[in-house]
Amino acid sequence: MSTGTLLEEAFDSDAMGRPEVVAARTPSQRFWRRFRQDRVALASLGFIVFLILVAVFAPVVVAIAGTPGPNTIDSNLLNSFGMPTGPSLEHPFGVDGLGRDVLSRTVYGARTSLEISILATLIATFVGVILGMAAGFFGGWVDTIVSRSVDVMLAFPVFLLALGLASGCSLGNGCAGGLIQPGISTVVAVIALVSWTYPARLIRGQVLSLKQKEFVDASRSLGASNTRIIFREILPNLVVPIIVYASLMIPTNILLEAALSFLGAGVPAPTASWGAMISDATSIFETAWWYMLFPGVAIVLTALAFNLVGDGLTDAMNPRASD
Amino acid sequence: MTRYIIRRILWTLILMVAVSVMTFVIFYVLPSADPAQLRAGRHASPQQIEEIRHKYHLDRPLLDQLWFYFQGIVTRGDFGISYVNDQPVAKLVFSRLPATISVAIGAAVLWLVSGIAIGIISAVRRHSRLDRTTMSLALVGISAPVYWLGLVALYLFANDIGLIPILGGSGSYRPITVDPLGWLNSMILPWIVLAIAFAAFYSRLLRGTLIEVMGEDYIRTARAKGLPERTVVMHHGVRAAITPIVTAFGLDLGALLGGAVLVEIVFNIPGIGRLAYDAILHSDLFLIQGTVLLAAFFVIVANLVVDVVYAYLDPRVRYE
Repeated sequence: MSTGTLLEEAFDSDAMGRPEVVAARTPSQRFWRRFRQDRVALASLGFIVFLILVAVFAPVVVAIAGTPGPNTIDSNLLNSFGMPTGPSLEHPFGVDGLGRDVLSRTVYGARTSLEISILATLIATFVGVILGMAAGFFGGWVDTIVSRSVDVMLAFPVFLLALGLASGCSLGNGCAGGLIQPGISTVVAVIALVSWTYPARLIRGQVLSLKQKEFVDASRSLGASNTRIIFREILPNLVVPIIVYASLMIPTNILLEAALSFLGAGVPAPTASWGAMISDATSIFETAWWYMLFPGVAIVLTALAFNLVGDGLTDAMNPRASD
Repeated sequence: MTRYIIRRILWTLILMVAVSVMTFVIFYVLPSADPAQLRAGRHASPQQIEEIRHKYHLDRPLLDQLWFYFQGIVTRGDFGISYVNDQPVAKLVFSRLPATISVAIGAAVLWLVSGIAIGIISAVRRHSRLDRTTMSLALVGISAPVYWLGLVALYLFANDIGLIPILGGSGSYRPITVDPLGWLNSMILPWIVLAIAFAAFYSRLLRGTLIEVMGEDYIRTARAKGLPERTVVMHHGVRAAITPIVTAFGLDLGALLGGAVLVEIVFNIPGIGRLAYDAILHSDLFLIQGTVLLAAFFVIVANLVVDVVYAYLDPRVRYE
């Protein structure tokens, strides 16, 4: 915290170190420019693209690896005590308690994890942004309803709510009048329901301060309607915070999906899910360590990559806080 | 201040009612089994089931049932009966509370101390190797599922199955009143595992705010007065940067006291989290209600405490 760092910062700035033509850039152009200079975040983004490709082309990946499909049960792969066999050339990650290939299941698990966490994040962000903007902009009873609903949701224990909904919706015809069917859509709905509150609160706060700004007054005095002010004046200023926030919600939701699966409230068997694999491994992990290890490592690496990208985006939005 | 507190307590009551109504709706509208049948057991005659349905008002409309539930709480302190265990919900919940409190408080002390220490050191020695290492590890800690860390910890250190068998493993919980040493031995792994993710989050949070605070003018003033750097950091910097930590800590501890479901399951600890989990698996409605209400109560009280502590930490905060 000495003057040394202050000097470093001063010399490090564009004006001193690298003189260049001053060009007018919008805040979001500057945002992406800073992000592109963050090597760790870019590498993580590359890893995420790789993961998405693996998830989309899971059958191809499994074929290249030469392992059987994720739901192929082969009891010959269990030893004479009925315990699964460990990593080998044919099965690099070993097999699980039913003789299914752990590598194949881990690859297919990426599909479940990414599909659910990304979809749930998109829905929660959309709902949260709409409600947060309405609450912040209109105030009054709209704000009261939204803010009090957020209070109730935050007081409700997340796991118990999610478990109750997930077990209720995963039977028969689903719930909400058949809108939410058992399977992936149940898990997506549950995660979206418990996570919309965070973007809603954040956006509400941002809108409260934005609507006091001069450019909003200027627009209003020119006769702009509320719709125009919301979508043309305020929303463009929220794009960067929304992207940053959504990027940080994805890893949280990856962990939430895995936890729900671990508790038996995720996608139904035999669909491969990392959390459910760890749950299955709980009873045999002292001998079959591979069954516990690989899905766990997959979760950590995936969540870590998204967190690193989220960090990079945060730093790009708010360069002084990071440094 | 008095008016503020009265308003907060009223709001707490309204929130609790809202949470129980919501619980009722979720677990009533989407039940996975008939509560009367669960209560009656496997070999009950239709007649017995009807009797039970009548006795517990399960044949009445939802609103009546809610009314009976609240009436029982307010007039008799009766939170209903657990169908599965055939015991009063209040008694069951209180019998599980010590285990959850043990897990939550121990872990909280651990993550608060380590998180704050790492956060301060990283902020002061910014860009040092220590800062970069701890912050990278912190990000890994945030990305790791707690139940998986628990299994790895058991695989490595549990005294029954571990490679280095030195600490109590899964299911080794002893009440502190019965066997204090056994209690401590069984708690160390759950504490560490639970504390990792929180400590990681807290150290990142404190580092970020402290770095921002240390750039403020009054910090320069404090340095210019000739105060030792230690005083500047601890008394001027940390005191201002600690407020987000206080908020997070209150909410996290409140949430954990309502049941550390994942850790309690992995380490087989008989706490509120597992009680609630089992209650949901068995559609044990009153027990679900009881555990959800308790969890909500802790979160709401934690919120209240946070707001009061805020006023103490930041003299500018005044409540109307």
